[in-house]
Amino acid sequence: MTMREKIEEAAARYPDQRSAIMPALLIAQEEHGHLPGPVLEEVADILGVERIWVYELATFYTLFHTEPVGMFHLQLCDNVSCMLCGSEDLLDHLETVLGIRKGDTTPDGLFTLSTVECLGACEMAPVMQVGDDYHAHLDVARINALLDSLRATVGAASVEHASARLPGE
Amino acid sequence: MFGPVLLKNIDVADGHLVSTYEAGGGYQALEKALREYTPDEVIDLVKRSNLRGRGGAGFPTGMKWGFVPKRTGKPTYLCCNADEGEPGTFKDRIIMERDPHQLIEGLAVSAYAIGAETAYVYIRGEYVTAIRRLQQAIAEAHAKGYLGKRVLGSDFNFAVHIHCGAGAYICGEETAMLESLEGKRAQPRLKPPFPAVAGLYASPTVINNVETLACVPHIIMRGSDWFRGIGPDKSPGPKLYCLSGQVRKPGLYELPMGIQLRELVENHAGGALPGRRIKAVIPGGVSAPVIPEHGLEVRMDFDSLAAAGSMLGSAGVIVIDDSTCMVKVATRIIEFFHHESCGKCTPCREGLNWVVKVLRRIEAGEGATGDLEQLDMLCKGIFGNTFCALGDGAAMGLRAALAHFRAEFVAHIEDRRCPFH
Repeated sequence: MTMREKIEEAAARYPDQRSAIMPALLIAQEEHGHLPGPVLEEVADILGVERIWVYELATFYTLFHTEPVGMFHLQLCDNVSCMLCGSEDLLDHLETVLGIRKGDTTPDGLFTLSTVECLGACEMAPVMQVGDDYHAHLDVARINALLDSLRATVGAASVEHASARLPGE
Repeated sequence: MFGPVLLKNIDVADGHLVSTYEAGGGYQALEKALREYTPDEVIDLVKRSNLRGRGGAGFPTGMKWGFVPKRTGKPTYLCCNADEGEPGTFKDRIIMERDPHQLIEGLAVSAYAIGAETAYVYIRGEYVTAIRRLQQAIAEAHAKGYLGKRVLGSDFNFAVHIHCGAGAYICGEETAMLESLEGKRAQPRLKPPFPAVAGLYASPTVINNVETLACVPHIIMRGSDWFRGIGPDKSPGPKLYCLSGQVRKPGLYELPMGIQLRELVENHAGGALPGRRIKAVIPGGVSAPVIPEHGLEVRMDFDSLAAAGSMLGSAGVIVIDDSTCMVKVATRIIEFFHHESCGKCTPCREGLNWVVKVLRRIEAGEGATGDLEQLDMLCKGIFGNTFCALGDGAAMGLRAALAHFRAEFVAHIEDRRCPFH
């Protein structure tokens, strides 16, 4: 299905097209990786709604990214339960091994590092979301293994390129 | 002897499949409701059970359903609040991931009772596994005739749609959720009108939490007396408690409403980590005022916790031990509320920004004389002066931390450093 077809299918669930803006933005973000202005305008045009309505939502909700993010978006939870179980130390470790501060993307575009509010998985703290997946009961060793496995999912040439840029490797 | 009801399928292999749910008696409550009860009789049954909403406020569910006006000429909507975002809380995620048909059956029975033909499940976007499981379960339920046109051969038509949130805690507030469902920024509405009269698309709307809806099929099958026989009469029933933080056995526990907090933390969740001592417990998500160790005899129900100066909230129980700085915990909690403030109300938007700055300064050992009085003043300015409970939750949490652990705040200011570092 094209993006337009997916959005039109989602919109059929609502009596008012404006309700479909959030589902449409999620579909568009999955398609494009992030939501630059022309994509927001395309969503508005498909739904036949005011463009400002689409901009309003894209800038209010934290899961919508109007700027590009890395291939792997590391979203470390640092709310109370994860903090009590050591997420601060894990953030320090991630910043060190990736060579970036939270909010930044590695120069090779592989990793974006963020801290996020509660992921709703406090029984498995500390927790980090990468793409669709939750990674639980994290410690330094598990973080390192996770980064290795993520790098392994990209092509060998890209891995070499990425590793060369990553301090602490 | 209490046995799990809501979580009885949680550890069953393939518990998310309709075949597993049916094998355990699933969807018999829907069939019974449609065949044996009128919608008003279902509402009466739920009223008699005294089921109170599990989302945090504890409003009587049957009474909420009874507020829905009939024959308005508009459709009635049922909205499921699955935007679980209160730090310390994860109960709804586990129901949706591992026993989603329990929620779907609860939705169907509840929709039949209030006369709704459409339900929207507003589920937080981060819960990808729960979303997929629920999508699969909805498709299975359609194929089996539990959803769709003429459910189980009756005159009842019912469709369930998933609406994914996108990372805004405020969407857990019911009127903000409606705004979000209508495709707007999630900012709370002034009440009245209440959603039961003018909710989604200005139509009559009931909003219930996942756990609340999951209770409904069990009330149909076992009766209101069974439900009222569990825990205290004023807030009865089985309850899901989320245990996390510095405790030996974090996890989701199903126990009677009204269990003693100390028994929950020390017996069921194993107590403090090796070599540590429990210092405090947040009993109901970070909105709930913290309880110091000497207060753990309190019962975990709406009224007992309110009488103790806290609240049951989402029953997200966060355990804090003696290695942890309470200034740091309070700062992190207020940072959360500040980050999640929708910005509609000035006391919340500006007040929490100010509170965060003062707290960060104190935590860093740069606090000044008068800072604590200023925090007291700011709490007073925020509490009760906002559209929704977000500002209240922040102010109540900080007030409790200042009241119970003021010495730690004073030590930061006087010693110009954190005593825990």
